[in-house]
Amino acid sequence: MLPLQVRSALLSLVILVLALGVWEALNQPPEASEGLSEFELLMGGADQEARVPPPSDVLSHAWAELSNPFYDAGPNDKGIGIQLAYSLYRVLTGFFAAALVAIPLGFLVGMSPLMYRALNPFIQVLRPISPLAWMPLALFVIKDSEQSAIFVIFICSIWPMLINTAFGVAGVRRDWVRVAQTHELGALKTAYKVILPAAAPTIVTGMRISIGIAWLVIVAAEMLVGGTGIGYYVWNEWNNLDLNSVIFSILMIGIVGMVLDLILGRVERLVQYQE
Amino acid sequence: MSKHFLSVEGLKREFPAKDGPTVVFDNVNFGIEKGEFVCIIGHSGCGKSTILNVLAGLDQPTDGCVIMDGKEVSGPSLDRGVVFQNYSLLPWLTALQNVSFGVGARWPSWNKERVREHSARFLDMVGLGKAQDKKPAALSGGMRQRVSIARAFATSPKLLLLDEPFGALDALTRGVIQDELIKIWDETHQTVFMITHDVDEATLLSDRILLMTNGPNAKVAESVAINIERPRNRANIIEHPAYYKIRNHLVNFLVNRSGELRDASGEQGRYPVSVDPSADHESEAEPTGREEPAPVLKRQLT
Repeated sequence: MLPLQVRSALLSLVILVLALGVWEALNQPPEASEGLSEFELLMGGADQEARVPPPSDVLSHAWAELSNPFYDAGPNDKGIGIQLAYSLYRVLTGFFAAALVAIPLGFLVGMSPLMYRALNPFIQVLRPISPLAWMPLALFVIKDSEQSAIFVIFICSIWPMLINTAFGVAGVRRDWVRVAQTHELGALKTAYKVILPAAAPTIVTGMRISIGIAWLVIVAAEMLVGGTGIGYYVWNEWNNLDLNSVIFSILMIGIVGMVLDLILGRVERLVQYQE
Repeated sequence: MSKHFLSVEGLKREFPAKDGPTVVFDNVNFGIEKGEFVCIIGHSGCGKSTILNVLAGLDQPTDGCVIMDGKEVSGPSLDRGVVFQNYSLLPWLTALQNVSFGVGARWPSWNKERVREHSARFLDMVGLGKAQDKKPAALSGGMRQRVSIARAFATSPKLLLLDEPFGALDALTRGVIQDELIKIWDETHQTVFMITHDVDEATLLSDRILLMTNGPNAKVAESVAINIERPRNRANIIEHPAYYKIRNHLVNFLVNRSGELRDASGEQGRYPVSVDPSADHESEAEPTGREEPAPVLKRQLT
């Protein structure tokens, strides 16, 4: 019997091949019922019916795109690398700005029952708002579509980090705080040397949730603001009726999202401790 | 006031309850000398841990005060090291880093190498030199408590407070660590105040044992001198002629008199009565029923 890892990998492969096979088989160009006219031959075949491109087309297109990801042939034609870089820039800027606000604020809320009670109603009302609902207001106030997109990322990243930080900080074992007290650590040193490492796993889990949400939201935000980015790219290729590119970019969105999650998962493991 | 190194004066602690505050203990007075090892024994709920927390500065008394080395205790301080029952190690740090955490806080001006050396020496002293890079999760309960003891001794506090440090350990491990504690204490002559439930443990370790009556409204009733010469060890202490006299006195107190004395509260003076069970002459504070030895089989009270 093969080890579980090998067996699961084999099964994954079988599922992939089956899915691609079915997809490929269902999306063949229709057989021409009669011979092509001279005009049709001239114009490039009888492929007039709109249909989802088969995976073979998508893959060869993906290969072409990925072998030259950073070309820039004007606003309507940029390489996938450039589009993804724009999206990542927005996501990371908004995300880290949110971390800068959410983590200290989370400490405050977690350490002070007064602040928790005072801020909780605001958090509860603001949290369920779809980040895209802020877009018109952001566009009006900021007057810049680029920064409005970053703001939307900021606002959607802030809540999981804020809530998890507050939760983690409030849940730090009393004994550990007492250890800090009996060693005469000041408030700042206690926060930095005891509470931060104690709450770090919960905080990083919040960051992981946040970056996942941010990556979901950036696609929608860029469809709205346009110009650059992977979200804009998907929508633009839809307008160009280039379904090869649409499917390819969907795939890329998934892969980049997975990589972001993997990175934060790694960080999570770094700060994890066993009691 | 008093010339003791540590003196506890008229200590009282109430906890709020539905029908008026509950007085855990009241009018608690005692002193501890420099270099003395003092244990306190009493039934659960008599407020031993609360007294220790007040001494540590982690809890505020309702009334009374604690004076150490001429200064009133008003908050936690590095002058008073604490070893908690549940070890209280920081799980993300290794054994050595946990000790260094204390040493670094105690002497902020020391460089890294000096902190490390000093910490490693104390880990060696408790026999954990080889495990210094392990995280607490990888250590057994006994080893964790040793790290905690090393952390406390390494900061050389003026007073070391031990809150039932061996309560969660099995009997064999407890014995081994008791021996280690004696060894370190012989080297450092640290002033120690320790809570325990175990009469034998208290007799083995301490110079003096404070006995508390039952709570609520508990008080420190007696101060029992342990006149058994040091160095002591677990194997030969039971051979000592005074050992069973002391033991019987303690068990008798806990089984019979800790409740009676509470009910007769108010009749005693401010300070606990000093008792020396090893002395052959009939002292006034000696319990009446000396001919009937206390039940020896009941080894540990919880």
